Order: sequence, then structure tokens, then C-alpha cells
Amino acid sequence: MRRKFPAFALSRPARLALLFASIAFLISFPFWASRYWVDVGFYVGLYALLGLGLNVILGEVGLFNLGHAAFWAIGAYTTAILNVRFGVPTLALLPVSALVAAGCAWLISSPIIHLRGDYLCIVTIALGEIVRLVLINNPGGVTGGPNGIGGIARPFIFGHTIRTPTDFYFLIWVLVALCALGLRQLQRSRIGRAWNYIREDEIAAAAMGVDVRALKLLAFVLGASLAGIAGNAFAAKMRMVSPDSFTFMESCLIFCAVLLGGMGSIPGTILGAALVVLFPEIFRPAAQYRMLFFGLALAATMYFRPGGVWPRRRAMEFVTKER
Amino acid sequence: MLTFIQQILNGLTIGSFYAFVALGYSLVYAILKLINFAHGDLFGLGTYLGYTVFVYASGVIGSKFGIWGLLPMGFVAAAMGTAAAGLAIERVAYRPIYPIGRLPAVVSALGMAIFLSNFIMAVWGPRYLAYQEAFIPTGFWQIGELRIRTLQILILLSSVVLLCLLYYVIEKTTFGAAVRAVALDRETAALMGIDFLKVIRFVFAVGPALGAVAGVFVGMYYRQISFTMGWVYGLKAFTATILGGIGNIPGAMVGGILLGILEALTAGYISAAWKDVFVFAALMLMLIFRPTGLLGEKIAEKV
Repeated sequence: MRRKFPAFALSRPARLALLFASIAFLISFPFWASRYWVDVGFYVGLYALLGLGLNVILGEVGLFNLGHAAFWAIGAYTTAILNVRFGVPTLALLPVSALVAAGCAWLISSPIIHLRGDYLCIVTIALGEIVRLVLINNPGGVTGGPNGIGGIARPFIFGHTIRTPTDFYFLIWVLVALCALGLRQLQRSRIGRAWNYIREDEIAAAAMGVDVRALKLLAFVLGASLAGIAGNAFAAKMRMVSPDSFTFMESCLIFCAVLLGGMGSIPGTILGAALVVLFPEIFRPAAQYRMLFFGLALAATMYFRPGGVWPRRRAMEFVTKER
Repeated sequence: MLTFIQQILNGLTIGSFYAFVALGYSLVYAILKLINFAHGDLFGLGTYLGYTVFVYASGVIGSKFGIWGLLPMGFVAAAMGTAAAGLAIERVAYRPIYPIGRLPAVVSALGMAIFLSNFIMAVWGPRYLAYQEAFIPTGFWQIGELRIRTLQILILLSSVVLLCLLYYVIEKTTFGAAVRAVALDRETAALMGIDFLKVIRFVFAVGPALGAVAGVFVGMYYRQISFTMGWVYGLKAFTATILGGIGNIPGAMVGGILLGILEALTAGYISAAWKDVFVFAALMLMLIFRPTGLLGEKIAEKV
């Protein structure tokens, strides 16, 4: 007996209306919400960016990656080190962080990309731990050990310094919007279709002439570069980075954001990021019990909607596939 | 030379912990093809249950029967409590979800791990707790220059006994044959009249129970326990599982012992701060060059 889990099916006008409504909401949000909630909005955007990156790897290609925080850390530390030591402007380091994270991802994932399913999952967990331990152990005195690096300069753009929560809110959401737009184009391109083919049936895809290895690497590198961008924004916002921010728990939350929101779906992933960030905020009165509920909520969501709240229809086949 | 032997001995002790926990991962993986992320935290729960039993029983039992009356009671209670927790988690979070698919099951397992560690924090508090002197066998044996704690001997002996027992059950009894059959092919095994649920219950009771035994030993060996320790040991033990070959019982033991020795030697001779990096690097190398592990068999790819 197989249960059926329908994906959302909205008509085109309904989707457009929903899109405009959410854009209007996002733009107006900082003007009526309190500073605290604007900050929360920043974190939703940050996790959305991280989630979008992981969604390319996990949602589009079906590669289990439970070490995504490693690339986020690499991006954040790149920004911190280059800014504090060499005085490069923070915002100029955005593409640099993306490139460094992507380069590291390429180096690290090349030898492991052929692994499948749970094996890849374990390697990425190990990878996340290695990166965190290296940052703590402070090789050559560059990462600042357990205390991390502080004193990162505020980013500025066109003579305007990005300082208030509202500024950062718009910075991150502009980045999210740009990435989402780019990813949407990619999703509908030849590359996106090839990715989905690999996810559904790797061997068949290879037989059809899809270069499985190159496309998997591309997904990994692209996902990591988005995490690098998120790292830059995070470093700029916090003005300091430390290894505590990039634990396995973070990788776990990003993973859950993609699966709670919806496998392979861009609006779904953003929704998932919102769920992951807002859940502990809403349950703040329950203080120490909130993560307890979060764990239960994860299991319950997977029971009622295994593909997440808003999955992409194309991805449901993969989620419910028994392997 | 003396340091070397001492390090190997430490490695064997730590390795026994990993082997115990690794068995739980391996058993569940063999049957369900699911990484039971909650297993590390079940181990943590075992440590805390043992602590509580020791604290409350030390007055009554401890004064009457001494430490050797207290210890078995603590172990049995912790093992039973953790086995019950394992069974409950399986019933609530895995059984309804694993027929749906692999990925939802992974998320559910992560959810249970988060739930369990926070449950431990909510019940016992976020601060470190310490196993007290009164619960721990403190003697030691002197062989020449070498000093062996009674506790270490106890750990090594019980790991040998329990692991041999488990090996015997899985490899030599009829029920063990059923477990192996389900691991090979669940549907065909069910057609042959094997009660699948019974096997699952066995796996989810024995794995956490062994984890709890390791947990109580860890508490006694290091004294200090915290609610996050489950995750650390879980990850190491999982590494051991992969090193030995996942889904393979002797493999989990060998992997655990090897990992313990590797860790003790790197900590002793290279750097204590970098030992975990070495451990995880070993894991990555193993997966790159021999993904089936040391004792794993080659699995044909399903088309």
C-alpha cells in the first residue's frame, strides 16, 4: 500500500499573484516590523540562501550533503581573514568568498563525488567536522582558534554603509532574489533537466550520454558558492566569525530546511528556511523545550508530507522511491 | 615502549566503547538501510540513566552489597531503559515513515536525534554531571611498570563477552539466521515466514542496550558527562562502522577497536588537538578507496 502525496498545483495566475504578494510582503516587512523581527527576517534570508545552495545539491541532483555548513564557514572565514588582515572591502569579497568556497568544494568533492546515498552523507558529515576542527586548531595562526576573528569592517555600497538591521535585511534578500532568479533559469535549462535525470536514475542518465560526474561536480561547486555568498553576508552582519557558528547542527538545519520546505523547489526551500528559523522564535516562550518540539515536528512533517510542505512535482518520485 | 603499551591499552578501552555503539548502527543499517542518527543520543541517554540509577541506588544497594552489587543493577537498568527508548523511537518515528522513502526517514532520524539530546537536557539540565567515586571501581593492577585499572579490565572483559554473545546469536542460532535473512532481502524473508517486526524489535532493543552499556562505561571512565556527548560518540562510532564495513557485526567490532587505537596513538604521538581530524580523514580515505569497509563484501549495483 503506497500513500499518495500530491504536490501543490497552482494555476499560473494564482502563482503570479502569490509571487507578487510575497514580494510586496518582503519589501514592506522592515517598515512595519520591529527591529527584532527584521533581524529574524535577515536570518530567514540567510538560511534561504544556504538552503538554495543545498537544494541544488540535494534537491536537484539528489546528493545527500550533511556538511553544507563547511562551505558556509569557508566563505565566512575568507571574508574575515581578507578583510581584517588585508583591509579588502567586505562587499568586494562577496565574489571572492563565493569563488573560494567553490574552489574548496571542487577540490574536496572531486574524489568523493562517485559515492552514493548514505556513504556520501557520512563523508560530508566528516568533512564538516574536519573544517570545524581545523578552524578551532588554528593552523598557522590564521583562523584565530576557538575565539575566531573579530573586527570585520561594515560593508558599504555607493557611499552608503550597510549598518542597520534593515540594511542587512535588504542586502540578504536582494542576494536571495538574484540567486533564486538564476537558479530558476538553470532549473529549466538543459543542465537542470540533466540534474533531475541523474537524481531519478543515474545509470540511465549515463547511458543517455549525460556526463554524470561533471554535472554532479557542477552542482556541488554551485551549491558551495551560494554558501560562500551566505558566509560573506553572515560575516559582514556579525562582524566576527567563530567555529561555533558552523556546527553539524547548522548543516542539519539547512538539510531540514530543504526537506521541510520542498525538495527541488525554490519557493519551497525559501519556505523551509522560514520554517526552520521561525519555529524556535515562535516557541521562544517554551524556551528549553523548543528544540525538543522541533525534533518531533520534523518527524511529523515527514509523516504527513514526506517531500516537504511545497515540493516540486518532479522531485516527489525521488523522495518516495524505495532504495 | 611502556608508553606505547599504555597507549594501546587506552586505545583498546576507547575502541570497546566505539565497538559497542557501532554495533547498534550496524544492526539497524543491516535491517533497514537507515542511518539511525538517534543512536548516538540513545547512548547518551544510557549514560544519564546509569547515573540516575547509581545516585538513587547507591544508598540502599551500595551500602548492603557494595560496589559489585551496585554495578550490575546500574547496567541492567540503563540497558533496559535505553532499549525501551529505542523501541519507542522505532515505533513512533521510523515504522510509519520508512515505507514512504529513504530521505524522509533520514530527516525523521535527525529529528529524533535533536529530540533526544534536548530531552536529556530538559530532564538532567544543560550542565556537566559527574559520576561519583562511589560508583566506580577504583583499584588497579600493577604488572611490572605497567598499571592497569580494574575498570579497564572490566570494560575489555565485558566487551569481549557481550560481543561474542551477540556474534553467537546472530551467526549460530535460528533467530540469528532470520535476522541475517531479513538483512539480505526483507520481502523474500517475509515470504519464508520470518516475522519482520520481530527482527526489527530485536535490533532496536539490542542496539540501544549495548549503547547504554557503553554509555555507563564512558561515564565511569571519564567521570564527566554532558548532554552533547551522544553526538560526538555517535559520530565516532559511525566512523568505526564504516571502517569495519557497514551492516557487518565483526566489522563493527574491528572498526571500533581500530579507531580507538588510531585515536590513542595520534593523541599520544602526534597531537591531541588534531586526533579527530585524523579520525575523520581516515574515514574519508576509507570511503574513497574501499567504501565497503575492511570486512565488507562487494555489493553489486542494482540497475
